[in-house]
Amino acid sequence: MNWLANAQEILAWGLILSGSAFLLIGAFGIVRLPDFWARLHAASIPDSAGMILLFLGMAVHAGFGLVTVKLVIIGLFLFLTGPTSTHATANAALVSGLRPREGEGLEADEPLELAPDPQPERAP
Amino acid sequence: MSRGEERVKIIANALVLGGLWLLLSGIYEPLLLAFGAGSVAVVVALMARMDRVDGAAPEWHLKPLAFAAYLVWLLKEIARANWAVTKVILAPHMRLRQHLFAVPVTSRSDLAQVTFANSITLTPGTITIETEPGRFLVHALSYDDATPGELADMDARVAATESRRA
Amino acid sequence: MFAVAAIAILVAMALVLWRLFSGPTLYDRVLAVNSFGTLAVLLIAILGFLAGRPDFLDIALLYALINFVGTIAILKFFRYRAIGDETPRAERAGEAGE
Repeated sequence: MNWLANAQEILAWGLILSGSAFLLIGAFGIVRLPDFWARLHAASIPDSAGMILLFLGMAVHAGFGLVTVKLVIIGLFLFLTGPTSTHATANAALVSGLRPREGEGLEADEPLELAPDPQPERAP
Repeated sequence: MSRGEERVKIIANALVLGGLWLLLSGIYEPLLLAFGAGSVAVVVALMARMDRVDGAAPEWHLKPLAFAAYLVWLLKEIARANWAVTKVILAPHMRLRQHLFAVPVTSRSDLAQVTFANSITLTPGTITIETEPGRFLVHALSYDDATPGELADMDARVAATESRRA
Repeated sequence: MFAVAAIAILVAMALVLWRLFSGPTLYDRVLAVNSFGTLAVLLIAILGFLAGRPDFLDIALLYALINFVGTIAILKFFRYRAIGDETPRAERAGEAGE
């Protein structure tokens, strides 16, 4: 029984430490990368790998129980909303006219129409 | 939506919200349970009103097992992509090759398209920037010739989880 | 172990804050705010374990909800110059971003 608890602790340690490492790498990328479009990608590292690993680690540490259920709910919520807010930010930047600098020998596909999305219609 | 369907939906909403309250609260005293019942009632009333206003109920046309298998595959992809972007960030000379390009979308249902768009964004290195009928605009951090193929593969996997091709 | 994670999150928050203050575009700042919010959620959850009080998770959940809605509200405001249903005036958002 003891070795099982030990294995659980070691697994939690590993998950939390690697998650923290990804958070730091993502934040470092947000500072280091040269322009907005590149930084978007750095920002999605903490949102995906860092968040998943940290929550997994905390869940492993907590074991089964109400705490783990809450962790899973928060994790699922972040899993769904993280990319959505990244997409919203990128889309707003695109609509405002900000364009990425293309790599050598590449040409950007343009959006079909730059008009902002129509507002949802009100029901009568 | 017919009257009966609406009623079923309201009851289902109330059950889900009530269950969520019980899970999150963890304290089962009469006063707090009454608070829970009250807030569930308010939220259900709000949701019923919103349904009457816009009426766009989300539809669920997915095969649950295939979707679960897809999620496992997606987690593996996320791990791989994270590692790739980590290498780009930590390399002394960052080799960026940014590109904005269109990716064809074959899945039909809204939910599958949302899943595909979110999956693209979740894997670092590619971000969905604009959704258009039949295609997404995707921005890649370090684009190479294999990128469109990988995204087409992801698209095919998402489309395979759809239960019905509308 | 949770202390290490908390310190790592605080360092990451400091780096993101630097990006928040230095910009240069509006969208860099929105991105930084969003990342900062995610990090704050993680920090609150970790602090809960550090202090041995799992109730902190409720605050983390609430913060996650507010962070998402807040980011969307900011972006919507800069795109339409209004939170409610107003005529789109997206063009001005570009000038504000420079």
